[in-house]
Amino acid sequence: MKEVEKKHPLAIRWFHWINFPILLIMIWSGVLIYWANGVYKIQVGNLVLLKFFPESFYKALKIPYRLAEGMATHFVFMWIFFLNGIFYVLYTLVSGEWRYLVPNRQSFKEAWQVLLHDLHITKYHPPVRKYNGAQQVAYSAIILMGFGSLLSGLAIYKPVQVHWLTWLMGGYAFARAIHFILTIGYVLFFLIHIIQVIRAGWSNFQSMITGFEVKKNIAPTKEKTEEEPPPVIEA
Amino acid sequence: MSIPMKNNIEQWSNKKIQRRTFFSFTGFILASIGGWFSWKWYRHLPKTSNRLDQTTRDVLSFNEKVKDQFFSNNNLARTYPKERPTKRPRLNGFIGIQENIDLEKWQLEVVNPTGKPSTFFQMNDIKALPKQEIIFDFKCIEGWDQIVYYGGIRFSDFLNKYNLGKKEGSNEWYKYVGLETPDAKYYVGLDIECVLHPQTLLCYEVNNQPLPKFHGAPLRLIIPVKYGIKNLKRIGKMYFSDTPPRDYWHELGYDYDVTL
Repeated sequence: MKEVEKKHPLAIRWFHWINFPILLIMIWSGVLIYWANGVYKIQVGNLVLLKFFPESFYKALKIPYRLAEGMATHFVFMWIFFLNGIFYVLYTLVSGEWRYLVPNRQSFKEAWQVLLHDLHITKYHPPVRKYNGAQQVAYSAIILMGFGSLLSGLAIYKPVQVHWLTWLMGGYAFARAIHFILTIGYVLFFLIHIIQVIRAGWSNFQSMITGFEVKKNIAPTKEKTEEEPPPVIEA
Repeated sequence: MSIPMKNNIEQWSNKKIQRRTFFSFTGFILASIGGWFSWKWYRHLPKTSNRLDQTTRDVLSFNEKVKDQFFSNNNLARTYPKERPTKRPRLNGFIGIQENIDLEKWQLEVVNPTGKPSTFFQMNDIKALPKQEIIFDFKCIEGWDQIVYYGGIRFSDFLNKYNLGKKEGSNEWYKYVGLETPDAKYYVGLDIECVLHPQTLLCYEVNNQPLPKFHGAPLRLIIPVKYGIKNLKRIGKMYFSDTPPRDYWHELGYDYDVTL
């Protein structure tokens, strides 16, 4: 027998692995759209630190002159992104899974400690729990970002029909910038997520597919003795 | 602070662990392959004459139906005070307006849907209607926007005054209006709801001056509830239909509706 921790319910695994390719398609089609007016950059004075995006980036990913295709793809797959996200949130609420995810008062302090630990600055060891403070903050933030993408997306998709929402988002141009910044946020989240998953090891990664993680062996010989019939003593 | 949580620790046999792992990975791999081929299938759907596949067009039509649920002519594009509009509105589309035009000879042809000869309107007929001005945030489908200042008449005033766009002997509007440049190189189709929107104008002025050639002289459409691609310059012909009129950018793979 082995001690097993049941980590991720089947529904959450489906939501997670559906979201991954769908978000990828949304980001890719979003870049096809963004290219047509690719004006964002990070600039200090006259010094351009980072241009979104360099020509070489567009060229390598075959982005240019695909606005129509990008818009069509974006407005088809937005439904899957939206529904998958809504069902995920509903599921976590109904099942009580939200309790593991939503940060509490200690989470933010703990998140900071986890960060220092992961950067090898302190020796403090994060608590062994389903999600530590840093994970709670990160995974809750990504859900809020998802809502932000839906709302800012709607604000630039139908700015006259939902003019109140566009106004709340700081106007049309600002809502477009929010929509873009959130997307950059997903990419950064993805990179850190991958690094952390690699650091946590195979057994943790596997639990996102199987749902459970084997913790430790307990009484490894017990299994055998149970299966063997007791010796029969003939009189 | 402690949160009550379920105890998720269980004791499983090796056999159970192996079985569960095998089935989970099999399901994962099959779902991945299924997802990959679904994407390949979607991307290889045959394209129609308007450059998109029919499935995508069906979803875009569905999106339009969803929009119809909350579209209202009471939803207005935000307007701005007179100090806001740009002095030099951006020029972005030259299709259909490159040839020189004799503004004195210009007239607007309105095709009679019943097959009778077309009606022709002169600039005086247009200017006879009450002048309207609008300062709004013009939105290009490319993603940029600019506050612009246009003057002209309400499209709906024009239709009502000259009794155009309704079916003969009835009070029912045709579902669509088609507009074309005089050389018919640029053309758009518009749903009647957006045409009748109070901010939809037939304009002859920009920044309080007569329209320059490349802003669409002598008469252009300004329709703030649509992307710029529908704001046809140099209107030459207008017609009415119950089926969607041909549309330049729709034929190149863009959404037909593009209502904002």
